[in-house]
Amino acid sequence: MSLVVDIFTMAAVGAGLFFFLAGTVGLLRFPDTLTRLHALTKADNLGFGFIVLGLLPQSPDVLTGLKLVVVWLLVQLGAATASQLIAQFVRSERRHEPAA
Amino acid sequence: MNLLPDLALVLLILTAAIWTVAVRDRRDAVIGFIVVGLLLSLAWMRLNAVDVALTEAAIGGGATGLLLLRACARLVPTQAESVLPRLSMRIMTGLLCSVIAVGLAAIVLTPVEPPATLAAEAAANMGELGLGNPITVVLLAYRALDTLLEKVVLVLALIGVWTLTPDVFWGGAPASLRAQQSSGALTFLAQVLPPVGVVIGVYLIWNGADHPGGTFQGGTVLAAMWLLVMMANLREPPEIRLRTLRLLVVLGPVVFLVAGFAGFWIANGFLSYPPAFAKPIIVIVEAALALSIAVILGMLVAGPAARAPR
Repeated sequence: MSLVVDIFTMAAVGAGLFFFLAGTVGLLRFPDTLTRLHALTKADNLGFGFIVLGLLPQSPDVLTGLKLVVVWLLVQLGAATASQLIAQFVRSERRHEPAA
Repeated sequence: MNLLPDLALVLLILTAAIWTVAVRDRRDAVIGFIVVGLLLSLAWMRLNAVDVALTEAAIGGGATGLLLLRACARLVPTQAESVLPRLSMRIMTGLLCSVIAVGLAAIVLTPVEPPATLAAEAAANMGELGLGNPITVVLLAYRALDTLLEKVVLVLALIGVWTLTPDVFWGGAPASLRAQQSSGALTFLAQVLPPVGVVIGVYLIWNGADHPGGTFQGGTVLAAMWLLVMMANLREPPEIRLRTLRLLVVLGPVVFLVAGFAGFWIANGFLSYPPAFAKPIIVIVEAALALSIAVILGMLVAGPAARAPR
């Protein structure tokens, strides 16, 4: 039983790491801010989500598992808001550019 | 085996620190400073110093970074940007900084054998105070005077910021913290996050007695929630002449001082606690301190008054 759980954890955390890698490559290679944001949110949401999912069966009690989920939700909320703010800033700058 | 992640972390910290010093733009340097603070808190985690890691993340990464960003925004852009100090001055600065770095490195790299530590003695008396977190025991019992003076320094810092207020605005409110363009996402965050954040802040303060956490970390989280609400334009910063505000600012140090002087009658002297009531006294002092820290940090970021009192 514990072997199955361990394999699940490794697979999920591995998938999470893959998304972080993909997100980082995108952050470095994509041409403009909006596409880079898109890459970053993949790492934040999917990558971190998979890592939390993988760690859940390893948590010693229900409370620790709940804390992990809460951390994931808070990171989602923070990351989503930050992305929105950055994107909004970029859009307003673009709007001003043709006039300048 | 476990050396590789640590090595990577150290390299990251050094790279970020060098970038912070080398980068020319003021705001980029502040962002670098925030990154260094967050990386340092990871390093403290690796050293099992969770209390220090929490403080570093909250103060070093968060509050100080925000203060510096605000300071950047206030500075006139032309100031000292094009004027470099004389060559001799720069060489002297570099030399002095190197001397400090080498001296610190020499002290850290040549540890005393056996290591000089008071940890065992500090842990021996923890039971008498009814606390489970040795850091809190040191902060509020053994070195209570240091902690008290730290909080007084915070009050002095706020008075220092307030003295920058022009005469016409004295007593008024600081400039609004809201973003130049309103954002639905930010407003949403400022409505959803504070209830969670306040619970986490209080949890950190309450938990500080037995587990990592404490007044500074919890107070900073509370301040962050308040600042978020002000930045989303849901609340304006309060006028600095308000009596309630000023009372909250000095509440922590005053309660700490009262508890300290009470020690003359109910215990063995200044800032000592009677064993039977040690825990309740410390919890009350911590709660008052955290509230003051939250208000002071919020008002420090808001800055001096910029509007005439209404």
